[in-house]
Amino acid sequence: MDIPVALPLVKRVLLMGTCLCDAIYDDVARATVEVLEHLGLSVEYPAKQTCCGQPAFNSGDWSASRKVARHCAEVFAGDLPVIVPSGSCAAMNRHGNLLQFENSPDPSITSLASRSWEVMDFIFNGLGVKFWPGAFETPTRLAFHRSCHSRGTGTGDAVRALLGSIKNAEIIPFGQSEQCCGFGGTFCVTFPHISGKMGTVKLDHILDAHPDCLVGIDMSCLMHLSGLARVQGRAVPHLHAIQILRNTLQA
Amino acid sequence: MIGKQLIDQFARSLSDERQHLVSAAASAGTVKREQVLHNDYQDLDALRKLAASIKDHTLHHLGDYLAQAEQALVARGAKVHFAVTGEDACQTILSILQNHGVTRLTKSKSMAAEEIHLNPFLIQNGVECLESDLGEFIIQLDNDVPSHIVKPIIHKNRSDVARTFQREKIAEDFNDDPQTLTRRARVFLREKYMQSQACITGANFVCADSGRLLLVTNEGNSRFGMAPVPVHIALVGIEKLIPREKDLAVFLNLLARSATGQQLTVYTEFINGPRAAHQTEGPEHLHVVFMDNGRSKILASNCREILRCLRCGACQNVCPVYRQASGHAYRSIYGGPIGAVLSPLLFSERFPELADLAKASTLCGACNEVCPVDIPIPDLLLRLRDKAQRQRIHSPAAIPMAPFAALATSPVLWRGAMSLSKAMNHLPIQITPLPPARAWFDQRALPAFHGGDFRKWMKARLKNKNRKPED
Ligand code: SF4
Repeated sequence: MDIPVALPLVKRVLLMGTCLCDAIYDDVARATVEVLEHLGLSVEYPAKQTCCGQPAFNSGDWSASRKVARHCAEVFAGDLPVIVPSGSCAAMNRHGNLLQFENSPDPSITSLASRSWEVMDFIFNGLGVKFWPGAFETPTRLAFHRSCHSRGTGTGDAVRALLGSIKNAEIIPFGQSEQCCGFGGTFCVTFPHISGKMGTVKLDHILDAHPDCLVGIDMSCLMHLSGLARVQGRAVPHLHAIQILRNTLQA
Repeated sequence: MIGKQLIDQFARSLSDERQHLVSAAASAGTVKREQVLHNDYQDLDALRKLAASIKDHTLHHLGDYLAQAEQALVARGAKVHFAVTGEDACQTILSILQNHGVTRLTKSKSMAAEEIHLNPFLIQNGVECLESDLGEFIIQLDNDVPSHIVKPIIHKNRSDVARTFQREKIAEDFNDDPQTLTRRARVFLREKYMQSQACITGANFVCADSGRLLLVTNEGNSRFGMAPVPVHIALVGIEKLIPREKDLAVFLNLLARSATGQQLTVYTEFINGPRAAHQTEGPEHLHVVFMDNGRSKILASNCREILRCLRCGACQNVCPVYRQASGHAYRSIYGGPIGAVLSPLLFSERFPELADLAKASTLCGACNEVCPVDIPIPDLLLRLRDKAQRQRIHSPAAIPMAPFAALATSPVLWRGAMSLSKAMNHLPIQITPLPPARAWFDQRALPAFHGGDFRKWMKARLKNKNRKPED
């Protein structure tokens, strides 16, 4: 995936809050707004937004997902950067959409692709913020699950650099970190056995490293992992990286 | 509606012991590959992209390179045959063998031969056909199917092998010491080599410029197979061509490292053609059978990138689904990510039945990340899912997406649904009989719904701001 060009003069951005934050993780969307505003940007949230279309796209129902993608491109039309607190929704805008429109390119879809950013990538590579002046009160061990849709993007390095620069934060390594957590959208319910086993393996590796907090850039992975952990009686605190940026500023 | 997914069911039925065997060997393969490649190359991605572009170039001009390779091979004294289908290839090979009066042969590992079930075909036609690769030999003894491209018996442990050897009277007693097992296989196979009249191999590469075939092995079994016989038949998929011998510098370096974490396989054999007048050893006859078997159809499809594949198995090793389900779950000789893409395409008459393979992935992209020829496997899986949907082939585990699309294109309905979602917090959805939710709650808790809360917060924030504008 191409990394979009940096936009040093940007003053306004559009927030694509994701359906998951709309329904469940409202605090992640709030943290995104607060951090971006802290960085001097004004954040607009187009009210007509719904979802990026990924569930239908990944299921192979592209005629359904193209409809959703067109709606999305319309809602986010213009030339402002579109900031997404989710690696997989950002990847949908930047890559998935181009794939499903490869036979009938649509300028609004191409434009959305070129303007979409995963939020941590945006802060680090887009805005050029290379360290984070936050602090934990006590030494805090963070296990960062990079989430698969950030492969080949600037997100992983961005998170490691920004979180790593927070006072008292330590990003701890854990085993088989390249492995997927097993969420995979509808995969987690259509392949319940494999998905559960994958999640359990992931949790084993993460918990072996004794983190104080599990950090991700996709709430979907964290919802799946934390849901499993809770049922297995080994609940673990989990936050989106952007929540950590905000929380450590307040500290 | 949502039914049982075959691959998930297979994984569920696998014993813990088998699953651990596969997963441990696959993980170890991933670690070794990673160490060696990253130690040796600073810009691995550049190398993978170079390899991909050489393959793409070759595939783009495949007709020309095939013609060039044919010419070069003939000039070296080889006979070249073309087979359109798998059956053609089997028949061609059988008639070559019959012409040379061959009734006993050894065969070194070839996925192309597995693909067309060459072994059973030859045996049916009265040719004794012995696998000489140790793993394939054991597969043959057990009447089993390979479950990994590079490590065909990744699903077996040494006591399985020892039991097989005892049962098949290769050994008199049960002994599962790996060295002893290898020694016993060696003694048995050496004798067979000497009795055989021909050798069948695959080829990892065919250089169009020189007409030389490349074979890489770790056991040297193809060398043994070829040494005492007068006839060598190489069965080659047409995608195995590379333009120039010097391109091997790219491919050989990537192949062994990706496959087994070795810098180079133990044996790298260049086949120059049949034995020349001044040479004292080697087969006098070399037959090269170029096989299409669905490849040109794939070349014409929107999944042609899969033809770059070197059959290194790195994508199988790294794949979390493969690690849980094992290769046999994929119902073809190609398991894991490569199989999920290749099988439905290659065995196109079975597409409806194999279309579910493309769904057996979280699209995590680990396969693409390790692939030495940078095949965008997740994209290909998605294109296959789209194709299945367009052909109205519904995999048992499909969740209908039309209602979702209707909701997600109507902001008013969407907002309504978001607000309603909060009501779910008060409903006993954990005990719902709805299959998708059931599948979720069987293993996982769900966080509380906060539908619409962020929108409200954002609105209030905007109002506040408008009231006292920032200074
Ligand atoms: S698809 Fe790539 S990684 Fe998988 S076997 Fe082929 S070359 Fe190796």
